[in-house]
Amino acid sequence: MRHIISLLMENEAGALSRVAGLFSARGYNIESLTVAPTEDPTMSRMTVVTSGSDEVIEQINKQLNKLVEVVAVMDMNEGDHLERELMLVKVRAVGEAREEMKRMADIFRGRIIDVTEKSYTIELTGTGSKLDSFLQAIDNSLIMETVRTGACGIGRGDRILKL
Amino acid sequence: MELTGAEIAIRCLQEEGVEYVFGYPGGAVLFIYDALFNQDKVKHILVRHEQAAVHAADGYARSTDKVGVALVTSGPGATNAVTGIATAYMDSIPLVIISGQVPTGAIGEDAFQEVDTVGITRPCVKHNFLVKDVKELAATIKKAFHLAKTGRPGPVLVDIPKDISNQKAEFTYPSAIDIRSYHPPLHGDMDQLKRAAKLLLEARRPMIYAGGGVVLSGASAQLTDLARLLGFPVTNTLMGLGSYPASDQQFVGMLGMHGTYEANLAMQNCDVLLAVGARFDDRVIGNVEHFGQVPRKIIHIDIDPSSIAKRVKVDVPIVGDVAHVLGDLLAILHSSKQQPDQQAKAAWWKQIDEWRGRNCLLYKNSDEVIKPQYVIETLHRITGGEAFVTSDVGQHQMWAAQYYKFNQPRRWINSGGLGTMGFGLPAAMGVQLAHPDATVACVTGEGSIQMNIQELSTCKQFRLPVKIVALNNRYLGMVRQWQEFFHGNRHSESYMDALPDFVKLAEAYGHIGMRIEKPSDVEPALKEAFARKNDLVFLDFKTDQTENVFPMVPGGKGLSEVILAEDL
Repeated sequence: MRHIISLLMENEAGALSRVAGLFSARGYNIESLTVAPTEDPTMSRMTVVTSGSDEVIEQINKQLNKLVEVVAVMDMNEGDHLERELMLVKVRAVGEAREEMKRMADIFRGRIIDVTEKSYTIELTGTGSKLDSFLQAIDNSLIMETVRTGACGIGRGDRILKL
Repeated sequence: MELTGAEIAIRCLQEEGVEYVFGYPGGAVLFIYDALFNQDKVKHILVRHEQAAVHAADGYARSTDKVGVALVTSGPGATNAVTGIATAYMDSIPLVIISGQVPTGAIGEDAFQEVDTVGITRPCVKHNFLVKDVKELAATIKKAFHLAKTGRPGPVLVDIPKDISNQKAEFTYPSAIDIRSYHPPLHGDMDQLKRAAKLLLEARRPMIYAGGGVVLSGASAQLTDLARLLGFPVTNTLMGLGSYPASDQQFVGMLGMHGTYEANLAMQNCDVLLAVGARFDDRVIGNVEHFGQVPRKIIHIDIDPSSIAKRVKVDVPIVGDVAHVLGDLLAILHSSKQQPDQQAKAAWWKQIDEWRGRNCLLYKNSDEVIKPQYVIETLHRITGGEAFVTSDVGQHQMWAAQYYKFNQPRRWINSGGLGTMGFGLPAAMGVQLAHPDATVACVTGEGSIQMNIQELSTCKQFRLPVKIVALNNRYLGMVRQWQEFFHGNRHSESYMDALPDFVKLAEAYGHIGMRIEKPSDVEPALKEAFARKNDLVFLDFKTDQTENVFPMVPGGKGLSEVILAEDL
């Protein structure tokens, strides 16, 4: 099953490679991984999207907790949570497709953030599956390039991951 | 007062009460060696290869409850140390390794003797540090010692660039350190402990399975008290030998691939299993599915949560320091009015004694050719069971584990997890330095000993009277055994041709060598060697070439699918 795991870790050189190294050394999947400093500059927050059986997910959580630089671990799937990902898509936008692309962006609440005579760059946020849906909804042959951040997750309401 | 980084590093070692540093100099650590030269509190043991430096520090740590320290230079110094570091990591041994690094300005430029030491060692250390500011050096070394010896112990590496070791900073050694992300628990959860006590008291076929965690935690007394209070059978893993006295009636021997018949069958057939500081690894329970065929309740005590429920499902997980947890469990059991069902227990012991009656370690001695088991049995007798025994890896290691009955913890020093050939001799050096008056034997084979044979030179320099007991069968015995069992008896590259004359070799290094070819000479030779308190003696026993280690649970098989010597 797909799990979103959030981590707080020391904002130190090498911390990222310890997490990435753990996943590769123990053969765990990484679907996506995103990391940036928090409001406390000594700490970074990472979101890892992974998948595995319950036993594997339990081991992932334990192994992450064991890393000395990891301050806290939360498996988002253990409670209510929100997930968002940002995607930028550059599409060919000429002739009829130009109007159609604008309409599709509107339907998915995307924003066009760069315009040329031949292309749009569309910014979209949402769950990973919403972004997938957008890519499926538009004409595949018009996609020039896509870039996605990978998911970041946060607990709903009182569910807080903080030191 | 301002000190250089090198002086700070040495002062830190002094503050930690470090007696010995095992190391080898080189360009990137020259300032540190200079600082060593100017003091006499920390003694440096010059090895002949960095791998041996780490193994020696490891042997020192295993035979005491102190942190072992090694010092190596950058590049090849660090890469040579990696096998030693990985060995310590797999067996959870507290070490601090200080490595030199090229100057900060040269890092990343493919400088002479540069490797990414922190990167290379990352998967085989508990933690590591690259020191980029001399002001952080003392606190970093403090953290390294703290991490190495607390929680689940392990090796911690501190990489110090050459320029950092020459820059100055004010020296203060922190008396305590708090790492906000690191607070290993000591005591277990009380509710879980109560559940554990209830299960133990209700058990009809109980079993205690104790591993290296008991040794590391210094919990032998608690384990022994608990076992005696309950009257339950106890088995030890390879790493746990000595944590429960082998001569005790309740001890059923080592379990696992080459464990006793009674230990493995009791493990397989028990209804309540108390696992203490052990991790159900593949060499211990073999096939997990097969192990799971018999329903049983498992209580698992371990300091490392990730060891619990890693390979087998656990009913009562208890995270904590083994000594503390067993102490608390004992208190609960003492205050309980309930007793284990005596009838059930008697029936269980009757069954175990029946298994014991198979006498699975019995071997056929010979007047013609030296049996390796006989050498170990005689070694045990000659040393009164009191020696520190280090070993290398292979058949000799298993025979030592089976036939040298350890009654005390920290006497059996071997590479269990990584299985590192070449460990025995350098580890014995560390043990001998930690216990200068003790008898130290290195049980080895002609294959393993050659992997760090150069350390005979270190032994000469520092007058380390280790006794090397080489079981020389002219084969990589364990490889040959597996080839016989599983590879159609094709001895692919497992024969050691062109062996050196070990007697002359020992003599070339300034030691005494003895070659023993007849069974009748085994005992006199061992007696003579061990009477030489101040000499290193290399005993080259020409043993039976065909002998195999039994019992044997073949890889991937279940604990009851054991092959006994009598089956063949």
